[in-house]
Amino acid sequence: MFASFMMNTWIVATVVAVVAGCVGFFVVLRGATFAAHALPLGTFPGAAAASLLGINPLWGLFVFALAGVIGIARLGRRQRNDVATALTLITLLGFGTLCLSLSGHYAQAVYGLLFGQIIGVSTADIPPVLAISLAVVAAIALCVRPLLLNSVSPDLGAARGVSSAGMDLVFLAILALATAMALPVVGALLVFSLMVGPASAARSFTSRPFAAMALSVGIALATVWAAIALAYYSDWPIGFFVGTFAALAYAAARGWQWASARTGSRRLA
Amino acid sequence: MSLLNAIVSPGFFTSGPVLTAAVVGGGAAIVSGLVGVFTVIRGQSFAGHSLADVSSAGGSVSFLLGINPLLGFLGVAVLAAGAMELAGLRRAQERDLVTGIVLGAGLGLTALFLYFDMSTQSTTGAAISVMFGSMFAIPASLIPLSLGVGAGAVLITGVIYRPLLLSSLHPDLAAVRGVPVRLVGLLHLLVLSLAVTLSAMTIGAILSTALLIGPAATALRLARRPGHAILLAMLIGLGATWGGILLAYDSYDWTSGHSWPVSFFIVTIIFLAYLLSGLPTLRSRA
Repeated sequence: MFASFMMNTWIVATVVAVVAGCVGFFVVLRGATFAAHALPLGTFPGAAAASLLGINPLWGLFVFALAGVIGIARLGRRQRNDVATALTLITLLGFGTLCLSLSGHYAQAVYGLLFGQIIGVSTADIPPVLAISLAVVAAIALCVRPLLLNSVSPDLGAARGVSSAGMDLVFLAILALATAMALPVVGALLVFSLMVGPASAARSFTSRPFAAMALSVGIALATVWAAIALAYYSDWPIGFFVGTFAALAYAAARGWQWASARTGSRRLA
Repeated sequence: MSLLNAIVSPGFFTSGPVLTAAVVGGGAAIVSGLVGVFTVIRGQSFAGHSLADVSSAGGSVSFLLGINPLLGFLGVAVLAAGAMELAGLRRAQERDLVTGIVLGAGLGLTALFLYFDMSTQSTTGAAISVMFGSMFAIPASLIPLSLGVGAGAVLITGVIYRPLLLSSLHPDLAAVRGVPVRLVGLLHLLVLSLAVTLSAMTIGAILSTALLIGPAATALRLARRPGHAILLAMLIGLGATWGGILLAYDSYDWTSGHSWPVSFFIVTIIFLAYLLSGLPTLRSRA
């Protein structure tokens, strides 16, 4: 399991889990689940578009992710948020279908981009992943206070001079960066599970923001490590384990919340 | 005649797969237009998209077991709708989260079943056809069942039309008037899963959102009355689907025998219609 060809996978997956845990905290806090799903899913055909043009897939992913951010932000001005997100998603995917079809990028590649493949991470993949992750974490650290304020109470934030539209854009940009970085390694759908499951579980355990963020990173790490180990031994796809564990973490958190509410009320009585 | 031949490649109207695609796709477009208007009003785009994505688990199971794909898509979509309803009803804020969790778990299952599909049957196309649809590969034997599902969806919506409209626009007012808001919501979710199942069969699980949300959002920008919006959404969906089928059929000649995907054309037409629908408001503002 810790053979040399698996080391790259462990390193990259760990980095991805840390970033997803941090970003996921804000995804859950802002209720931006749909955007967190739509950006990775709409971005994945970017790899096919890039291979059609013969450039590095990462550039294709960046362009598609950027288009997604612009689309959601622009359409969101005149439409309700969920409709804007849906329209952006389908447009990217529709164009992506064409790229996938023309590039002859078929079955196996599409499956890998959607659901992730644990082996096949090369050493050359690691530096860009590390660099972008650092950028994402730095961006979060820089704007953590205004972003938190805007997420919890947009009105209070506006009164303090934090622009809601500006923070939306910052948040979407962070989400897009994290997405483009994680996508080729762990797959579009898995990025989403990793962002939403651990963070929403963490939020049920604590209401203090930084504790919740740390806990969310911890759960994401545990999820990814367990998923890699099981995927390695069973040969089943890693996406299945991550999706299942993320849902289990959330169910456990809800159960814990329910149980503690019951004992709490009994203590009161 | 030569002009007609330039627009419609020869053999279009006599091709069996094209007719089947036109019938099933048209049915999906009509049902999606009807259900989509309510979905957009209720702000449930994410739920609609998730149900379609999750239903792909059913599609991949049916590949594995060799059963009717429509039943696979449908069964899982209805199950997922039930799970969302059970887990996430109490607080609106939790609704999106629960939808997301169900979506993540469902997609994980899809990954697993597709993996089994690929490793046991060497049907490498399963991933593509489940996620992106394979309109010209729909068997003609599927027509009665899919039309039946569509008719069922239209019938349920017709029966609960007024309470559904009221509870979508003003949930509080509907509750005061004695409308069983929760039951109506559950029925709408059921109809939603029927609609996305139909379009998942035709343009694929991850693109069925296009038929559901695109025409409805366009129509709601143009029409003032809900009834008109529904009719308009149906027409836009139908036009996009048939236009897309025609263009995809023609595209076989454009790039030397490699036809472009139908889904691309359908989505492009829908998005163009949406952009065009914004022009009148732009002009009135200027």
